[in-house]
Amino acid sequence: MTTTALPAVGLGNPESATPANSPARRQRWTPGALTAQVLIYVLLIAVAVLYIFPFLIDVATSFKTEPDAAANPLSLVPQTWTTAAYQRLFFNSDFPIWFRNSAIVTLFVTAGRVFFDSLAGYALARLHFRGRNVVFAALIAVMAVPNVVLLIPKFLVINQLSIYDTYAGMIVPLLADAAGVFIMKNFFESIPVSIEEQARIDGAGSFRIFWSVVLPMARPALVTIVILSFQGSWNELAHFIVSTQSPDLTTLTKGVAQLASGQLSQGTQYPLKLAAGAIMTIPVAIVFFIFQRRILNASQGAVKE
Amino acid sequence: MTAALAPPPGLRRRRRSGLNRGQAVSGWLFTAPVLLILGLFLLIPVLMAAWVSVSDWTGRGSPLSPGVHFIGAQNYGQVLWAGGLSESDFGTALKNNFWYVILVVPIQTVVALALALAVNRRMLRGRGFFRTAYYFPSVTSSVAITVLWLFLFSTTGAVNAVISWFGAKGPNWFNTPAGIFHFGATTGPSWLTSRTALGVTWWDWIGGPSVAMTAFIILAVFTTGGTFMLLFLAALQNLSGDVEEAAMMDGASSAQRFFRVTLPQLRPTLFTVITLGLIGCWQVFDQIYTGTHGDPSKTTLTPAYLSYTAAFNNQQWGQGAAIAFILFVIIIVFTLIQRWVLSEKAVSRHRMAWITRASADAIADVGIVGAPPKGSGPREGSDS
Repeated sequence: MTTTALPAVGLGNPESATPANSPARRQRWTPGALTAQVLIYVLLIAVAVLYIFPFLIDVATSFKTEPDAAANPLSLVPQTWTTAAYQRLFFNSDFPIWFRNSAIVTLFVTAGRVFFDSLAGYALARLHFRGRNVVFAALIAVMAVPNVVLLIPKFLVINQLSIYDTYAGMIVPLLADAAGVFIMKNFFESIPVSIEEQARIDGAGSFRIFWSVVLPMARPALVTIVILSFQGSWNELAHFIVSTQSPDLTTLTKGVAQLASGQLSQGTQYPLKLAAGAIMTIPVAIVFFIFQRRILNASQGAVKE
Repeated sequence: MTAALAPPPGLRRRRRSGLNRGQAVSGWLFTAPVLLILGLFLLIPVLMAAWVSVSDWTGRGSPLSPGVHFIGAQNYGQVLWAGGLSESDFGTALKNNFWYVILVVPIQTVVALALALAVNRRMLRGRGFFRTAYYFPSVTSSVAITVLWLFLFSTTGAVNAVISWFGAKGPNWFNTPAGIFHFGATTGPSWLTSRTALGVTWWDWIGGPSVAMTAFIILAVFTTGGTFMLLFLAALQNLSGDVEEAAMMDGASSAQRFFRVTLPQLRPTLFTVITLGLIGCWQVFDQIYTGTHGDPSKTTLTPAYLSYTAAFNNQQWGQGAAIAFILFVIIIVFTLIQRWVLSEKAVSRHRMAWITRASADAIADVGIVGAPPKGSGPREGSDS
C-alpha cells in the first residue's frame, strides 16, 4: 500500500519546493488514491507516536512515586504527583556538580572548536603554503580512526602529560575535530574571494582578513559547528571515563551512567533516574529546537553553502 | 589578482615564488592548533597503544619506562588463540557484536530510507512535525536513552505492558541471556556444542543476539533512524524529477520506478549510510557501560567494552590495547567487504582509496545536513 502512494515522491521538481497545500496545487483524488493517502497518514502518525511516546513516558514517570511507576508504566498521568525525584537530585546528590561540569566542558569545547576549526579550515581553503595538501590528507586519515580504539591510548597520553583528572584533560583533547575543519574548509571554498582581495589590497593581514571579513560571512557554517560541538561534547561519555576519576569532575553523562547502574540508590529508583535523564536532555533539546529549521531543512540553502 | 589567490593548477608553481610569504607563515600558524591537538591526542596515542599492545606494561608508571618489555604477539595470542578466559571472552564479545551489526545495519538503513521517502512527499501536511518527531531521538544522549530503555524494557515496563495486551507475557529483557535464534532450546546437537571457534561453541555462535542484546538492537534502530533519514532526505531532494517523470510516462509502476530509478540514484548515500552504520555499530560502548556492563552471562559484552574493562578494571593493558587494534582491523575489513559488495566494477578498482573516499563522503553529507549521525557513530569518532 505504501507503493501505491509513491507517485508523489520525486514528482516535485526542485524549483517548486514550497509546501503544496495551496488549493490550486491539490490533486483530485480517486477513491483508491484517497485510501492510500489516509493509510500513509495513519502509518506516519503511528510511527511518530512510537518515536515520541517514550520521551513522554520519561517525563511522566519522573513525577511518579516508585510503586506507581512499576504499576502503571504506560500511563502519562501520575496517580500522585511528586517532585521527590527532582528534590533528591538537586538538593541531595552530586547532580548539580555534574551539571556544572558538563556545562563548563561544553562551553569551552564549543568555543574552541568554532575558533580552531574555522581558523584551520580557512587556511586550508584559502592560504597557499607548502605542505597544505599533506595537512589535509592527514586530517582525512585521522577521521578514519574509530573513537573506541582511542580509549586506552588517550588515557595513556593524558596520564603522561599529567593532566589526568583535571579540566584541561577533559577539555583540551576535544578542542579540535577533523570533521569540523572539513566542514569549514568546504564552506570557505564556496564563497567568492573578491571581498578578501579588496581587504588584502588595503593592506590587511591574513588574521585580520579572517577575523573581520571572512568569519562574519561564515555564520551558517559556524552554526553547524556550534550544533555539532555542543551536542558532541554534552553527550560525550567515553572520553570523560578515561580522563577523570574524581567525583568533583564527574559530568552528567558519567554521573547518570553510574546512577543507572545503581549507585546512590536502593531499589530500582526509576523516577529518579528518568528525571536525571530528562534534565540532561533539556539543553540539547533547546539547541535542537532553536536550530531545528537549519538541521531539518536539509535541502534548502544548506547544500549551496 | 584572482589568479594569484586561486591559481589554476598550471599557474600555481610559477606564481608560488611571487606569493606573499606571509601566507605561508599564517597558513602554518592557522593550522597549528588543530594539528597540535590532533597529533597529541590522536596520532601519539595510537602509536603509544601500538607499543602497549606488544608490551608487558601493567598500568604502573609510564609504559615508556625501562622496566617495560617487548613481548611480541603474546597479548594478541591471549585474546585470539591461547584458549583461556581471555579468548572465550573476546569470542563472546565478537559474537554479540557481530549479530548486533548484522541486524542493526540493514534494519536502520531500511527504516531511515522509508522514513525519508515518507516525509519527502510534496503533498504531505505536517512534514516539519514528522521530521522533528523522527529526528529527535538522534539528538539525545546515549546515556539518557539507555536509562529510559532500562525502564521501558524492565519486567514491569511499558513494553511488557503492551505485550500483555495481546495476552502474552514479555520476557525480563535485560536479564535474559537466551539467544533469540535458539527459540527457547537450551541445549543443541552435540556436533554444534562440541566444536568451538574463539572459545565459543558453534551452537552459541548461531544462537543470535540474546534477548538483552535485542533490546539494545531496537534502541540502536530507534536512535539512528532519524539521523540517516536526514542523509537520505538530502539526497532525495537533490534528485532531479525528470528521470522519474520520464519513467512514469513510459508506464513504469511505482515499485519499478523506486527500484529502477530512485534507488540507483541513491547509491552514494546508501553507501555512506551503510559505511557509517558499520563503523558505528562495531563501537557499541556507551549503552553497555550505562546499562548492562556485559551481563546477563556476558551476552551484551562487546569488543569495545571488553577492551575498556580489560585495561581499566583488570589491569591487562596489553590485552586491552590488542583488542582495540583487532577491532580497528575488523572495522576496516567490514567496510572493505561492504564496499566491494556494493560498488560497481569501476569503483572497486580504486578501492584502496576507500578510507579517503568514505570519510570524505561521510563528512560532506554530515556537513550538508548540519547534523551528525547518531548511534555511537563516527560523529562521536570525530569528537576525539
